[in-house]
Amino acid sequence: MTVVATSFFQDPHFIEALYIVAFTLFIVGLRGLAGPRTAPLGNRLAAVGMFIAFIATLLIQHVIKSGSDVALMAGGILVGTAIGIPAARNVRMTAMPQMVALFNGVGGGAVALIAWVEYRRRFPEGGELWSAKSQIPSLFAAIVGSVSFWGSNIAFGKLQEILPGRPIQLPGQRIINAVFALVAISSAVVLASGVHSQALFIVGILVAAAVLGNMVVLPIGGADMPVVISLLNAFTGVSAAMTGIALDNTALIVAGTLVGASGSILTNMMAVAMNRSVPAIVAGGFGGGGTAPAAGDEERGPVRSTTPDDVAIQLSYASRVVVVPGYGMAVAQAQHTVRELMDELEKRGVHVDFAIHPVAGRMPGHMNVLLAEANVPYDKLKEMDEINPEFPQTDVSLVIGANDVTNPDARENEGSPIYGMPILDVDKSSQVIVLKRSMNTGFAGIDNPLFYGENTALLFGDAKASVQAVVAEVKELG
Amino acid sequence: MDIMTDIAILVLAAWVGFEVISKVPNTLHTPLMSGTNAIHGIVLMGGLLVLSSAAGALNKLLLVIAITFGTINVVGGFLVTDRMLEMFKGKRPEPRSEEDAGK
Repeated sequence: MTVVATSFFQDPHFIEALYIVAFTLFIVGLRGLAGPRTAPLGNRLAAVGMFIAFIATLLIQHVIKSGSDVALMAGGILVGTAIGIPAARNVRMTAMPQMVALFNGVGGGAVALIAWVEYRRRFPEGGELWSAKSQIPSLFAAIVGSVSFWGSNIAFGKLQEILPGRPIQLPGQRIINAVFALVAISSAVVLASGVHSQALFIVGILVAAAVLGNMVVLPIGGADMPVVISLLNAFTGVSAAMTGIALDNTALIVAGTLVGASGSILTNMMAVAMNRSVPAIVAGGFGGGGTAPAAGDEERGPVRSTTPDDVAIQLSYASRVVVVPGYGMAVAQAQHTVRELMDELEKRGVHVDFAIHPVAGRMPGHMNVLLAEANVPYDKLKEMDEINPEFPQTDVSLVIGANDVTNPDARENEGSPIYGMPILDVDKSSQVIVLKRSMNTGFAGIDNPLFYGENTALLFGDAKASVQAVVAEVKELG
Repeated sequence: MDIMTDIAILVLAAWVGFEVISKVPNTLHTPLMSGTNAIHGIVLMGGLLVLSSAAGALNKLLLVIAITFGTINVVGGFLVTDRMLEMFKGKRPEPRSEEDAGK
């Protein structure tokens, strides 16, 4: 490359122009994600934007100074790619939420590490001047990034069932959390005000924020986890934007803020769907001790269990069937078999729809992804508000591994921890068939009176095996 | 850059984020979360920016970890989103999707 060409490509204006192209692609990409048809392209455009931002960053003067730095960068990128590609390729669709949590966590971790180095570069011996404009956002990023990293790891642990999904809480949890938040913030204030500049304080910030991240997520029940992941996603976005202000980098500011804004909206939408408020979720577990013990099951009286051939007959002679999929279907990987059942029933003139609760599975859209994978037509997937008025005209509701989202207690029992959460009114259909592995409670750990209803029958077993048996019986009927 | 310019950019970007996202149908929330998650992997650039000017083995080590983390975030995030979205592709009557997206 000639000297002239080098100076052109390294011209700050050229780099800014590349950044503008990059974040325009992020915005266009996000817009694309708004429609099912445009979403794959949208995601790819955003990825192209990221690649352009990457090239632009490398072009900035002094970013590449020596061969050894290039080797370090290449090393980090290679290792990251070697971990990221197989993780993304091999993760099962059911494990998607925790994968998002993990990817979010490492992003937050990167933010915290950069902030730490920023501190180490400026203090104590270095003596480079650290302007308030760079310092305050950096310290903010250190706190938020660290909270996001540790919180996401706990969320991953809970969803992966390494940690128990139920809320884990210490007495006086809120006070403890407040103390750690105070330690982190006051350490940051001490550093920023220049009273002290010891390494103790930055380590104090990172450690206090780490403990806070753990403490805030541990008491949150598994059912609220998607909201938490979404919230932490927004946090990471905001902390990336703060890193951008500290490092004077437009791409980071815009991309981070876009994620912070979109993540907040998404978090709120999810919380609203569960009739919960974000502060209430963050403040603590699912109704504290409101979880029903196993003994509660006996008191409810007997449940009626059924057999695959009975189910096949009920379904085949119905005119309208609504399938309510839940996490159980995802775990059993039953979506393809369910699609097969739909095809068989439609052949016999049964009208089949799918009722998708906004938080069915463990993340909004979880069921849609799975059913789309199984080639269920998009227009068969009905959202809650659309399908609820239709349940009274439904002959059979087939609940496949869903529990809490069908719990009538949410509508009727003010004492229930999930009271007020909008549910699918399956209990209003003439017949309800519930496919369940056992009488265990759902993710929220509470009992479901739907199972004891007069019009309800339960088919016990693995969702996939049960649906397969039903499909076989439907075919038998000829 | 001037701090007020940064804040102006931040405010405008936040509005764009709010406006763009409020139009996403419920069904695409998981891919959307995953996609936005990939975008904040932009912090990778932060690691690259600082690496050369940070002296000392510990600093370099911390930044290499940050770059590794950022790369996992970007590469994993976009790939996993792509995998999810592939499943939506071309499997529905075309005329409906526009109208659904408008909700």
